[in-house]
Amino acid sequence: MTGNAKMTDAAAGGARRNFDAFTFLARFAPLIFLLLLMLVFALLEPRFLSSVNLFNVMRQVSIIGLLAIGMTFVILTAGIDLSVGSLLAFAGLVAAAVAKGGMQDRFTVGDETIGYGWQLAALAAIAVGLLGGLLQGVAITRLKVPAFVVTLGGMSVFRGAALLFAAGGPISGFQPDFTWWGQGKILSVPVPVIIFLVAAVIAHIVLRYTRYGRRVYAVGGNPEAARLAGVNVSFVIASVYVIMGFFAGLGAFVLSARLNSAEAVAGTGYELTVIASVVIGGTSLFGGAGSIFGTVIGTVLIGVLLNGLVLMNVNSYIQQIIIGVIIVLAVAFDTFAKSRRKRA
Amino acid sequence: MRGISKSFPGVRALDQVDFTAGAGEIHAFLGENGAGKSTLLKILSGAQPPYSGTIVFGGQPVQFASPQDAQRAGIVTIYQEFTLAPDMTVAENVFIGREPGSRLFISYRQLEQETLKLCRRIGLERSPRALVRDLSVAEQQMVEIARALSMKSRLIVMDEPTSALSRAEVEKLFAIIRNLKAEGITTIFVTHRLEEVFELCDSFTVLRDGRHVGRGKVAETDMDGIIRLMVGRELGLLAARRTSFDTGEKALEVRGLNRRRKSSDASAIELHDLSLSVNRGEILGIAGLVGAGRSETARAIFGADRFASGVVAVGGREVRIASPRDAIAHGIGLVPEDRKQQALFLSQAIRANMSITAQDRISRFAFFISGAREDALVEEYRKLLNIRMASAGQAVGNLSGGNQQKVVLARWLALRPRVLIVDEPTRGIDVGAKAEVHNLLSEMAQSGIAIIVISSELPEVLALADRIVTMREGRVTGEMMRADATQEKLMTLMTVGSRQAA
Repeated sequence: MTGNAKMTDAAAGGARRNFDAFTFLARFAPLIFLLLLMLVFALLEPRFLSSVNLFNVMRQVSIIGLLAIGMTFVILTAGIDLSVGSLLAFAGLVAAAVAKGGMQDRFTVGDETIGYGWQLAALAAIAVGLLGGLLQGVAITRLKVPAFVVTLGGMSVFRGAALLFAAGGPISGFQPDFTWWGQGKILSVPVPVIIFLVAAVIAHIVLRYTRYGRRVYAVGGNPEAARLAGVNVSFVIASVYVIMGFFAGLGAFVLSARLNSAEAVAGTGYELTVIASVVIGGTSLFGGAGSIFGTVIGTVLIGVLLNGLVLMNVNSYIQQIIIGVIIVLAVAFDTFAKSRRKRA
Repeated sequence: MRGISKSFPGVRALDQVDFTAGAGEIHAFLGENGAGKSTLLKILSGAQPPYSGTIVFGGQPVQFASPQDAQRAGIVTIYQEFTLAPDMTVAENVFIGREPGSRLFISYRQLEQETLKLCRRIGLERSPRALVRDLSVAEQQMVEIARALSMKSRLIVMDEPTSALSRAEVEKLFAIIRNLKAEGITTIFVTHRLEEVFELCDSFTVLRDGRHVGRGKVAETDMDGIIRLMVGRELGLLAARRTSFDTGEKALEVRGLNRRRKSSDASAIELHDLSLSVNRGEILGIAGLVGAGRSETARAIFGADRFASGVVAVGGREVRIASPRDAIAHGIGLVPEDRKQQALFLSQAIRANMSITAQDRISRFAFFISGAREDALVEEYRKLLNIRMASAGQAVGNLSGGNQQKVVLARWLALRPRVLIVDEPTRGIDVGAKAEVHNLLSEMAQSGIAIIVISSELPEVLALADRIVTMREGRVTGEMMRADATQEKLMTLMTVGSRQAA
């Protein structure tokens, strides 16, 4: 439904901008590609367009989507965060342990009285995320270690912490008011989808309409110019990893609620899908250009692609190959569009 | 080289330039910044084809499509920024890309023996196995010379080889160059220090505004003769300001500014006990050649580089400036030397570029940016500065150089500064826009802003400034009111140093 609204919007834009077809195409390429993809799947597999399936897709992408929102901030500053999947697993386990009332009771499945409320669990997950992001942000800005290296280290550190924490196995079986955050619905819309979309709207406002957002773009566009214009570059860079951490924590909470379980291997390989979503959505890996709108499109695009491939019974290993190829093509397209714009 | 011309989009960098250096002589190549020296040298070394005109080398007409071509013919250029790999040995650097040995393997014995021979020839007392990283600047330069000799070059071009050397090291370099001369090797020597020309060189060529303006034997001229050739530009197009808006009230005072180079950055410029001040409404010009420390002074005042020591007082009160943010908080703005690298977010909208320093003026609840206020701000300065643009959403990179510079000026005007430092305000912009920028700076001064203008172009300094300070090698070498200043006087202070000029 939202897809239809966007389509007419884009079509109207096309009529106004038809004097420069290429610019238009480059700008809305992700959206056009998404619509084409949906058309193809709808023709090949009638089940695809059913509202059940579409909600299913949206629910599946909402966790990746939350992480991708955070990652958009990071990539806008020309940074990268490879640790998101690991941090998510660790934060999820901490939240689960809090919900189950501590370490010693964690295997008493079916014990419905012990444990803290979902509120404290959610806070714990987010606190772990914020802390993890802060540590990495400080390492990047204070120790001057490249983000790629810091978060590659973080990827290993947080995964190790998660494995250590969950030495005995997954933590599962939560109260219904906890799992509602992952499995519940409001007016037949899954709760994770609502969380994702609300977060996207807030992030969009922050990036477009606040002083902070301007600084994020400035630092990504030209850090030296930003510094000479009085922007506290280190603060901005550290802050985007904290924001990334927040979304890793929030994502961890929602994922644990949806699966009614938290485990140490959760989120393995998420960094790739998340970065792919952001990049496919048109955010430049060189920083300074991109949008939350693009990221939402990119996230849905990957979700639709995977969903369609599953419906068509495509082997999951082949799915991985396809995702990898698409990432490279998306960046190649971005580079091509940029060089063309420069020549024009 | 005969009738060499070279154009860049919009600019004719070299116009029918002739250049002749006799075999086996040491030839000084002189000219102000932007005179076209570098361009000519790049053509000679094959680094910047294509061009029109002919090059005759050793009696043969030659054409170089790449630096390798030129090197094969026997011309090697040693740039100010060395092209050495710091973590490789002296021997590896000397023969990089041309290592002796078989097709597959390098013969290290031969490599080190050959290098040792070359080092002895020029007096470099270092093992061929020493890492270049551990060498002094002067020694690294000798490695470059050894490399040039290893290529059997007959002409060595040195671009300001003495700028980072101590006096003793300069003596040693001169001895090497004289030895090369004795071996019949020609040297083209670019320098800003005119004393060196008289100390070392046989003949000279002066370039000005992309044209050849004079050549001759050093023995047949004197310092004044060369300075006259270098500056003989008409003031014509740039009308000098008539009125001064100097209020006599000190806006900014800098005392004892020192900046030391780190051992890791040998080409960095030092500042030595530098003091200056500027009044409200006054335009202070800083004149100096590249490498004199003008931009470094501006950056030190603005907190862009850490400076070792020094006192900055704004409006009579001493302040601590540790970062550009501190400087901005005290009402100091800086229009940096390199617009594209240091000031603009090229792919972003004019709007975002202009309002980055003035977010207080366009935000609501201290957090949100008001689109309406921002657009009003852009419109205000578009009118005031006469910026030619399509819309506030246009990418700033699509504007002409002059309009880009106006956007940067608007950014600082929007901050309502007390002191504005403008580094090369009209570099790379056309004549019409230049006059507009000059008028703007004058109007800003009238409104009570203290302005410091840094420029390589003496006519610009003379047209704008109420008072002019000259710099050379990180020191202030002179100060004069505009009424007393001439291009010759300033150039003397910029190139010869205060002792001789006095």
